[in-house]
Amino acid sequence: MLHGIPTSFYFALSGALFTIGAIGVITRRNAIIVFMCIELMLNGVNLTFIAAGNMLNSIDGMIFVFFIMTVAAAEAAIGLAIFVLLFRLKGTVNVDEINLLKG
Amino acid sequence: MSDIGFINPLFQWAVFLAAAVLSLFASIMMVTRRNPIHSALWLIVAFFSLAVIYLTLNAQFIAVAQVIVYAGAIMMLIIFVIMLIHLESAFVRRRKLSGAKVIGAFITVILFLEVAAAVLSNGCKTAKAATGAVLTGSVAEVGNSLYGKYLFPFEIASILLLIGIVGAVVLARRGKD
Amino acid sequence: MADYIWLIPVFPAIGFLVNGFLGRKLPRALVSWIACLALLGSFVVSALVFIEFLKVPPESRLFEKSVYTWIASGEFAASVGFRIDALSIVMCLVVSGVGFLIHVYSAGYMHDDEGFARYFTYLNLFVFMMLTLVTANNLLFMFVGWEGVGLCSYLLIGFWYKKESASNAGKKAFIVNRIGDFGFLLGIFFLLAGLGSHGVWTLDFGELQKHAHLLTGAAATLITFLFFVGATGKSAQLPLYVWLPDAMEGPTPVSSLIHAATMVTAGVYMIARLNFLYVMAPTTMFVVTLVGVLTALFAATIGCAQYDIKRVLAYSTVSQLGYMFVGVGAGAFAAGIFHLMTHAFFKGLLFLAAGSVMHAMSGELDMRRMGGLRKRTPVTYWTFLAGCIAIAGVPGFSGFFSKDEIMWKVFANYGGSLMFWGIGAVTAGLTAFYMFRMFFTTFHGECRASEEVKHHIHESPAVMTIPLVILAVLSVVGGWVGVPHILGGANRFEQWLEPVFGPGKEAAAPALNFVTPAFAEGAATHAASPEGMLMAAAVIIAFAGIFIAYYLYLRHPQIPADFVRAFPGVFRTVNNKYYVDELYQAVFVRGLFALGRIAKGFIDETLIDGTVNGIARLIGGIGSLIRLIQTGYVQGYAFAMIIGAIAVLGYLIMKVIL
Repeated sequence: MLHGIPTSFYFALSGALFTIGAIGVITRRNAIIVFMCIELMLNGVNLTFIAAGNMLNSIDGMIFVFFIMTVAAAEAAIGLAIFVLLFRLKGTVNVDEINLLKG
Repeated sequence: MSDIGFINPLFQWAVFLAAAVLSLFASIMMVTRRNPIHSALWLIVAFFSLAVIYLTLNAQFIAVAQVIVYAGAIMMLIIFVIMLIHLESAFVRRRKLSGAKVIGAFITVILFLEVAAAVLSNGCKTAKAATGAVLTGSVAEVGNSLYGKYLFPFEIASILLLIGIVGAVVLARRGKD
Repeated sequence: MADYIWLIPVFPAIGFLVNGFLGRKLPRALVSWIACLALLGSFVVSALVFIEFLKVPPESRLFEKSVYTWIASGEFAASVGFRIDALSIVMCLVVSGVGFLIHVYSAGYMHDDEGFARYFTYLNLFVFMMLTLVTANNLLFMFVGWEGVGLCSYLLIGFWYKKESASNAGKKAFIVNRIGDFGFLLGIFFLLAGLGSHGVWTLDFGELQKHAHLLTGAAATLITFLFFVGATGKSAQLPLYVWLPDAMEGPTPVSSLIHAATMVTAGVYMIARLNFLYVMAPTTMFVVTLVGVLTALFAATIGCAQYDIKRVLAYSTVSQLGYMFVGVGAGAFAAGIFHLMTHAFFKGLLFLAAGSVMHAMSGELDMRRMGGLRKRTPVTYWTFLAGCIAIAGVPGFSGFFSKDEIMWKVFANYGGSLMFWGIGAVTAGLTAFYMFRMFFTTFHGECRASEEVKHHIHESPAVMTIPLVILAVLSVVGGWVGVPHILGGANRFEQWLEPVFGPGKEAAAPALNFVTPAFAEGAATHAASPEGMLMAAAVIIAFAGIFIAYYLYLRHPQIPADFVRAFPGVFRTVNNKYYVDELYQAVFVRGLFALGRIAKGFIDETLIDGTVNGIARLIGGIGSLIRLIQTGYVQGYAFAMIIGAIAVLGYLIMKVIL
């Protein structure tokens, strides 16, 4: 595919998705939404890997993404369980109000 | 897309641009919505558009996995949790965004600028090189790799998932049995 | 016999250990027997060694035995070893002999004291240390003995520790001694370093004598001066004499043994032992003589105005020690040691006799409350008289020969200078005066004690009087070993010590403007020579002193009282020892306290505590600042990570682009 889309576009898109996710992480008050933004960041990274694997003609990119997805799934399970517990404990999932680790 | 033969480049570009714009739009919407359910739904849209982009990159297996795992399992989990803690009705508060967060957001934009700078520089402007057999991200290929070279990490990943399951169950238990 | 010389110090050590551990459980008689027999053992061994010495020619009168290598460091080695030569054997005999007599006396004097066993333990320990001092074969081991006698002095002065004045006196003695010991140690260090720079690393007396010539004159002067500082402390010369009068708080036999016969003479012995160093430093010898003669005069004047009989004897000891230093300072080492020996006899006797007087007078010390004891305590009376005559320098008695030898030598060796001799002669007159003042006041005239005391006056038991008699005999005949040539004698004492001091004398000759040939010839034969004239003058002065005392205190006792009334200021000053103790208190003691206060207040609290606490506070402060980062606010943490990512990414991009 000689005239395929240049990989740099994919990278740019991925960087944009990552940045948007990062802004969401910093900005939003609701813990669940922060979590979703984190998932978005992960997806941005996935895109980078796939694009790079495509560019270098290697299967490794996809393998990497495979594992990232696996970890993301496990992380989602546990993270959401924690949110539930946190809600039970504090009555809120507002990150501004959850500062138990404050020293 | 390589096996299919020659694809109209215009078609390619159209698909890519549509999916890219959609994903960007969806993600921005996700970040800015007040209602968590709305955010979740926009995220699902973003996932789907990303799956399409994967397809343009010849990663069929990953695209499918994306839909099944992310858009399916994970998002469903998130929506369950949102509903579990009654967040869908607790979105009325309209508090102003604190100044610190705004500044933080602007600083984060620098991250994107850096990526753009990296991308636009000489290092990355490469067209796809046609080196012999172009790779397909088919299930067979991925499977061969997973059960061949990457068998060990594969097994470890399964243990990781086991840990995740056990952890989730332990955490969600309520006090005494 | 040479193999057994280590027994001389060891017998009292055994006595110390046995009495120390078991003394409380043993009956009193046994305790005193153990202690006295230990001393007797030392004396017998010393006597046997002496007899062996007599059988061999003078050059080979030297036994040396090294028991055990104590320190071996690089090229330097010091051992626990013993060395008996002509000088040491004299000291051993004196220490063990007089010590034995005093032990026997103590058995009677201390018989109803509750610390009986402790007393004999300390006394044996003291003799052990003293014998170590005189028989040590190197300076380091000698220093062990030096310190040991200082320790025992403290223990024995403060024997009745429940009495505050006694424990204070003990402390004072030890501290003042330590000041001197500091000088001694510095002397050892400089000596070692001085010889070490020539490659000779030793403190052995034999070795030192061989290599002493390697030192420069300045080094020798410094070293000998430092050693003399040590002697000043131990032997109670100006300015470190202040502890000796206070040491009278201890039991009287202690005063007799330690502060008359033995410990205080350690300084003189040390200088005599190191004579080969001293003859290399004529400046120091001049200082020694000067300090000695001034101390003699100073102490004698104080003695004239004291009423406590033990104090009079204490100042007399300081004064006589001054004479000994005059002797060794003038290069007449044999004369100094001679006076040491005779002084041990008569001063030891005088202290014991004073103890006997106190025993008779139920513990009274003030001579103004005594009198008329002649008939009631005859043995004490006659022995005391013998001691007084000996110390006054009446011809024929021991004191006369030794004192006269010193006086002549100081005149001759300093080129016929009358300065030292003159001061010495005045002091001799004063000595006779105050001794007989005490004698007449205590034993003659009306008894001025209270009725109850008068009733109890009795002679001391035999266990106390027999040593008195023996010492009295020695005070008379002890000087006959040193009869000078001018009176027809052969001065055997000086001959005996020739091997030890001989080489030194030749070296000292040019330095101290030695006797010119004319003097030397005249002195040997002619009776009308300077020596004869000086001797006659000294005798006249002594008799004059005795007569004046007789006149003032027996015939016309109101004259001294009038004198005191007429010159109250003078009398008070002398009576209060010229306020030297008060001066020391004000300058040194208060000064050190002030220094301590500064050290505590400023240096310790402000500086050091401030620094240490300040650092702690600083770290706490930094911690408080850093703590602000821990907000517990997750988005803050996430933002920090993003900043980090930006930074790293930026760096990598810079590297690629630029």
